[in-house]
Parts: sequence; C-alpha cells; structure tokens
Amino acid sequence: MLTTEERQRNPLLKKLHIDGPLLLPLMILSVVSLFVIFSAAGQDIAVVQRQSVRIGLSFVVLFVVAQIPPRALSRFAVPAFIAGVLLLVAVLVFGEMGKGAQRWLDIGPMTIQPSEIMKLAMPLMLAWYMNQRPIPPSIYRLFGALVLVIIPTLLIARQPDLGTSLLVACAGIFVIFLAGLSWKLVTAAGICVAAFTPVLWFYLMHDYQRQRVLTFLNPERDPLGAGYHIIQSKIAIGSGGLDGKGWLQGTQSQLEFLPERHTDFIFSVFSEEFGLTGVVLLLALYGFVILRGLVIALQTQDIFSKLLAGSLTLTFFVYVFVNIGMVSGLLPVVGVPLPLISYGGTSMVTLMAGFGMLMSIATHHRLVMKDG
Amino acid sequence: MRHRTHIRDHDTEAAVFGRRVLVAMVVVVAAFVALASNMYHLQVSEHNELQTRSNDNRIKLLPLAPNRGLIYDRNGILLAENTPIYSLDVTPEEIDDLESTLNQLQQLLGFPDSTIERFYRNLKNQRRFNNVPLLDDVNEQQLAIFAAQQHKYPGVSIEARLIRNYPHKELLTHAVGYVAKINRSDVNRLRDSGELANYAASRTIGKLGIEKYYEKDLHGEVGYQSVEVNNRGRAVRTLSIEAPEPGQDIVLELDLELQKKAAELLGEQRGSIILMDATTGGVLAMASTPSYDPNWFVNGISVKQYQSLLNSTQSPLLNRATQGAYPPASTIKPQIGLLGLEDGIITEKTRIWDPGWFEIKGVDRRYRDWLAWGHGWVDVETAITESCDTFYYDLALKLGVDKISSFMGRFGFGEKTGIDIHEEVSALMPSRGWKRARFGQPWYAGETLSVGIGQSYWTATPMQLAVATAMVANKGEHLVPRLLRGKMQDGVFEESLITHREPLTLSNSDNWDIVTRGMRNVNMSQKGTAQSAFKDAPYSSAGKTGTAQVRSLGQEEEYNAEDIAERYRDNAMYVGYAPADEPKVVAVIAIENSLGGGGSIAAPVARKMLDLWHSRFNNEKKQQVKINADN
Repeated sequence: MLTTEERQRNPLLKKLHIDGPLLLPLMILSVVSLFVIFSAAGQDIAVVQRQSVRIGLSFVVLFVVAQIPPRALSRFAVPAFIAGVLLLVAVLVFGEMGKGAQRWLDIGPMTIQPSEIMKLAMPLMLAWYMNQRPIPPSIYRLFGALVLVIIPTLLIARQPDLGTSLLVACAGIFVIFLAGLSWKLVTAAGICVAAFTPVLWFYLMHDYQRQRVLTFLNPERDPLGAGYHIIQSKIAIGSGGLDGKGWLQGTQSQLEFLPERHTDFIFSVFSEEFGLTGVVLLLALYGFVILRGLVIALQTQDIFSKLLAGSLTLTFFVYVFVNIGMVSGLLPVVGVPLPLISYGGTSMVTLMAGFGMLMSIATHHRLVMKDG
Repeated sequence: MRHRTHIRDHDTEAAVFGRRVLVAMVVVVAAFVALASNMYHLQVSEHNELQTRSNDNRIKLLPLAPNRGLIYDRNGILLAENTPIYSLDVTPEEIDDLESTLNQLQQLLGFPDSTIERFYRNLKNQRRFNNVPLLDDVNEQQLAIFAAQQHKYPGVSIEARLIRNYPHKELLTHAVGYVAKINRSDVNRLRDSGELANYAASRTIGKLGIEKYYEKDLHGEVGYQSVEVNNRGRAVRTLSIEAPEPGQDIVLELDLELQKKAAELLGEQRGSIILMDATTGGVLAMASTPSYDPNWFVNGISVKQYQSLLNSTQSPLLNRATQGAYPPASTIKPQIGLLGLEDGIITEKTRIWDPGWFEIKGVDRRYRDWLAWGHGWVDVETAITESCDTFYYDLALKLGVDKISSFMGRFGFGEKTGIDIHEEVSALMPSRGWKRARFGQPWYAGETLSVGIGQSYWTATPMQLAVATAMVANKGEHLVPRLLRGKMQDGVFEESLITHREPLTLSNSDNWDIVTRGMRNVNMSQKGTAQSAFKDAPYSSAGKTGTAQVRSLGQEEEYNAEDIAERYRDNAMYVGYAPADEPKVVAVIAIENSLGGGGSIAAPVARKMLDLWHSRFNNEKKQQVKINADN
C-alpha cells in the first residue's frame, strides 16, 4: 500500500501528521497562486505579500488541524454545527438592519463569516450523523440528514451568497451520497430538483441571479452589461492559445478588460498567460489532490473518517469544477473562487483546515486501529 | 447510547462506501475531461477568433489631424497661418481635490469664475482620464507663472496645439474667409460625401471664402496612431504611427498692398473695391466694408458677438463684392450702346437732341437727365463720355426690355460670375417674363427707360460689373474671375488655369472701338465724367461712372445729398480699366449712400487704386511666385 511505503520512507512526516503526496501539490499550487496574483493585481507586490501571509497562516492552520485525531474531530461536529447555524441566523438578523447582502459578523476587533464555518461544520455534522447508524441509511435518517443540509443552505442562500450555499449543500449531499443513498432515491431527487427549478426561478432567485443565468445561456445578449464578464473571460482564455501570452503579458488582464482578475476570474488570467499547456498542468495538479483525497478516504478505516474525507475532497472538486466551468462559459457565474489560487483570506483558511482534517485522517487511522 | 446496540458490519459498510467513491471518481474524471475539452475548444479551435477579439479590445486607432495648408498672397505673404496656442488642461482623474485645485489656479493665474463654470460644463461630456481645457489661450505671463509652480499641480498641464490665425484680421475676411468648429450640419454633409473619416481628428473646417471653397485642398489627409488602450480606453502605449498628410498651401492672386489700399480708401464707408487682372481674371484686390475679424470665429464666437454682427445695420457679414446687389446705374451704358449698334437701331453717327429730359409719347411725364439743361446733340460715344441719360432713354425704349435683358445676359448679368468663393448672388436682370412671374404685373414702358440707365429692378454685383467691363475691354472675351493663383503640390507650384465662358462675338467688331472710345474719353477728355479724377495719370485708362438712385425722386423733387437720410443717398459707382489700349487691369468701385456721385466720389478712388497698381504692376514681367518655406 502506498501509505504504508510512504510512512516507512518519511517517519518525520508521519510524526508531524503530514501527508506528503497531499502537501506537495498544495504547496506547488500556493506558489503558482503568488505568481498569478502578482500578474493579475497589476504587478502590485503588496498584494502578493498579503497573500503570502495568508498562505503561511493557512498552512499553520492545516498543520494544527492535522494534529487533531478524527475521533476528536467528530466530537466537534454537533457544537460546531449548532454554533454555525446560530451565527448564520445572527448574520441574517443584523443583515436586515444594514441593507443588502451581509455575510460578515463584526465581533469586536474581528469579523467572522459564519458561512465559512459551515463549510467545515456541515461535512463534520453529516458524517457524524450518518455514522450513528450503519450505512446505507434508512429512509428516516435520510430525511433527518436532508433537514440538516437544507437549514444552513437556505440561511446562506438568503444572505444572499449562492456560491457558498451551493458548496455547503454539496458538502452535506456528498456525505449522504457516499453513505450509500439508494440510486432510486438519487433518481427521485433528480426529478424533484427538476420540478423545483421553476419554483427556484420564480420565487427564490434574486433578479441579479436570474440575470446571471440568462447571461450564462447567452452572454452576447448583453455584451456590455451582464454578459461582459464572461465574454471578456472567454476572450482572455481563447486568446491565450496553446502556449499562452507569457507571464505578465496577458493583454486582457494587464489592460484590465478582465473583471475580478485576482479573485473569481483568476483562472482566465492563468489561461491567457500560460495557455492550454499551463491549464492541463494545473488541472493535473488539482486532479492529483482530488485523487489523493479519495484514496485517503478509501484507505481509512472508520466510516466517520471515510465520509468526512470523501465529502471534503468532493467539495474541493466542486470548487474547482464550478470556478473553471463558470469562467470558461460552461456554468453560470456564481461567486466561487478558484481554490488555492484566487486572492482572498477566509476561504483559503477554511480550505486548508479541511486539508488539515484530511491529513489527520490519513495519518491517524492506524493509531485508531491500534487503540481500538 | 442507542446506536452502540446496532450490529455493524464494517466490511459491508466499507464496500458500500468504496463503490460510491468509485462512482465519484468516474464523475470527477468525466468532469475534468469536460473542462479540458472545453479549454481545448476555446484555446485551440476558437483561438484565432478570440485572439482577434482580444486585439480589437486592446488596439485602438487614434486619428491624427493633418496641418492645414497655408494661404499666401501673390507675393508669398502669409494670409492664413497655423500658430501654436497654449491651453491649460486639467485631467480630473489625476486630481484628488478638483475644487481646491481650481481655486488655487484661479488665484495663481487670475481668471473669472465663468471660466470655472465653463470648465465644469465641458467636464460633463468627458471621460475622467481625458484632459479638459480650463484656459483656452494662456498668455505668456500666465505661462511663466504656471511653469514655475507646475510641480505643485499634478494633473494640470500646458498643452500646445495649432490654431488657424488670420494675421491681417478684418482686411481679407470676405476673400480668405475663416475656419470654425465643425458643427452638426458639417458632420452630416461630410458623412454624405464619405469624407467624415478624414475629419476624425479635425476640430475646424472652412466656413467661408477661400477656406471653404478650397477646403479639400487645404485640409489634408488624416493620419493614424495605433495605440494600446486599457479597458477605460486610456492609451497605454503607442504601437505604430501613420503620419497625417498636411494640406496643400494655396497662393492667391490678391496683392496685400492693393487690398490694404482698398480698405483704406473705403474707410468708414460701406462699399466694395475690386481690382481684377484683365488678362487672366485673377482678382488682385477684393474689399468689402465694413468687415470683421475672422479670428473671432476660429475659437467659437460668442452668441452676443455673433448677434451684433448679424443684426448690425452696416451688414458686415455681407461680402459686397459678390453679394452686394446694386443698381449698376450708368456703368452699363457702354454695353447698352453696343446692343444699339449691334442691333442696327443706332449707328456711330446717330444723334439725338437732349433738352435735359425725355418724354414717352402719350405719357404725361418727363424723364429727366442728370444734367438739367441737357447735353444738346449727342451720339453714342458722347452719350458714354458725358453719361447722357436722354440718349439711353430713347435707345432703351427702341430696344425694349427683353432685348436688353437677353443681351446683358451675355455679359453675365443675372447670373453668378463663378468666382471661387461660395458667397455669391446672381443679382437680377429683369425682363417682362420675370416681372409677370414675380409680381403678376405687366411691364411698363417707363421701366424700360430706367433699365436703359441701369436702374429699375436691375441689380448687379461689383464682381459682375468687373466681368462685364473686362468683356468690353477685351472685346468680348468672357473671363471667370478667380482668387486662386495656384497650389503648392508636393513642393511644386501648380498654377491654376484661366477659365472662360462663351465669348461675345459682334457682327461688326468695330462697334467695340466705338464704345471703348467713349469710355476712354470718360477718363481722358475734357468732357468726361471722370476726367478730373484721372487728370495727369501716368497711364492711359478708360472707364464709366455711375450714380445710382437708391430712392426714386418725385417729379419736381430736387436731390440734395446733405438733406436726405444717409440710407437714401445715392450709391457712387465706377468701372474702368487700364491701360486704355492694352487693358491689363479692371477696377470696380461701389460706394453706398455717398455724398457724391460716381464721378466725384468713386472715380477718385479708382484713380488711387490704379495709381498704386501702376507703380506695383505695370512693366512688370510675369513674376515668379516665391514662397518662403519657413513661413
């Protein structure tokens, strides 16, 4: 087994609860991130410095979380979930007072974003919940699981933050799916979603969200308005060609035709400057991270760890897929950053904490076995 | 806890999970293949198209205005030039506190509040990164003050650009014209003719005179600068430049000294002076007073200033040389005499008795001669020399208005001369048909008498008189008057061609000599109406005076210039040419509401013009045009 050999090769990494095959692509992606951000932010070294600090902090968080054994993680599940839901409610209440979208809570000197907590609390909670009974779950437990998924999802969607609510919902749904949800129910759920779509469209979606969908279906219907972002993004990607225009040479990004260059649309900057060659290499890195996560999930022993690892990995996959899909015109534009590359602090820390859990699962399961 | 009581089969649960992970892996791989193939589609299949769109985004063509061609007089003296002016420009994007910056600049340079208000008005139509002029014309003192303080004002700069300048101000306005800002109707016209692209960078266009007529030659070809722009359209760097092609320089027939003399002689009077080369039709002087400074229009004239020009009773906007329709009065007697001779109604020897008045049989009205006691026996030659009205009343009545009208048409009356400016009217050569169409009234015999002495409805522009006089001097050759002497085509002077209209051929060409003898005697015989003006001239000359009534007098009313309102006073007219035997120059003088007639007011002006012409031009070989390239 890979993990056995590896542990034998790297006793130090084992002691530090670090999974080498996972750490390496994460570090490469972080370095790539700094180079792309430097280019996307108009070659402003200060932005790169701020991001470096965040990356450093994120790796510290990863390292700290990796030290927590899965059993201890499962004890955080219920309190973290309840706290997360309460904070989300608080955000909505205070959000009513200040007008418009509100995602942050000001607590004294710091601000927290409860939806980020929920990104971790949701898979923890669902994995804990599913682990209370043997899997596959009964229909009643499924119902309970769905309630657990829907409550925070709706609270986040109300903020409104479609991208995060999607990711949080996915984290929960993946646990249910991996726990062996019967295919009949998957099919039935698919039909329900299809039936729910008109309700979503007419009653739940904000006008700007509907615009995004319409623009997604045909960006050229409003080339200077809602369609502008996606058109400029496709031009940036396509003009990059096979080899790209070169680092710092992307005209779409350097001349600022591309919107939200160092955040949501950073993949377009990357594609323009490094071409299809760079894109394939980047996809390979992401693919390796996802594959490694799924292998960890397969190799770990207890069901809680398996479900948690699987859900975290697949949610990371959704991150990548939704972001790249939206900037290249496959999916509507929802505010999802490109994980590990996009500029921004909070989501980076959450993401690394998730990888910390994966490493904990990867490096603790033998101990669990021995103890058990 | 209850769940502990459940029996858990770890291997079965792990197998369930394992199968699901396999499904997930398949989905992940499929999704990555989808992403990669979409990227392949964009970056390989659609690469060329998207590459083009990327270039369209970033590369913009900025038009570059060509330098307008210069205008010179016949001796290479600049009449229209391009001079640099300095404007103080403000770029709002680069300024933190616009209001306080403007206030500081106001204290520093001293300009009125209205300047700031105008700046804010202009600002609304501009993008923030564009520089907007605060002061249009910065003087040297302001320039020096600001230069010393410039470092304190980021986003404020001095910009130089070329502006049309007319150094001789009102002297040549009606001939040279002016350029002014391109307006909406100019844009429409340029779009219709497909020339709009050529004006992409131009701020002004010829609006009057030579500047308008030769706009195509003077303007030049627009150039382009290809620049890389950012998403807000600001130029980041220059990629390539295609230089604009400057407009052609133009040389006019005008002689600045003659033009100055003409303006000086007209002085405060309203009127026009034309000197035309009798051999080429080249216009040596074309004055119209009062005039105005064309430079007012270049930078945009204020509404108030324009209204004052427009509403002035002096009509300064009118080019009297080509738009002033005056009764030609006695100046056309040579041409009518020619018609009488040509038609056989009179001969050289035909004489009538002039008692000082004329009567139409059966009409109880006397048509008076200007000489109350009459000229006695007159033939056609003396009728010209002494400007006898009675002879022409008689002749006109015998000819009839329609015959006069059609013959005068051959001299160009009633039609535009075709001079190379657009500001020209055809004036009016009346006929029976015209009167019926215009007023629905029959023609009266009395009106024919008036037409016989160049009055009634008959009007002519001084330029038409110059053409008609040149035809007499040249025995029928019909020249088209022309201000253009030539163009500088790629550094080579290209002389413009002499243009003619159909010449007037008489059945007996001796008839020309009969009337030109009469005209010669006007200036050179004791009885001539202009003899005192041309006494002791160092050159021979011929001419004809005219005094046009602006208001018809009653039967027994005496005309006294001092007593009647200024605007009802007579117009003094004079036409002539010199030398008498080999005509080289034609002179036309028209002075409105003067205190005297053609002989006493207009002829002396003609004499002074011809004297100056004689000293500058006579005996002169065809001169080479020399233009100082540094101008």
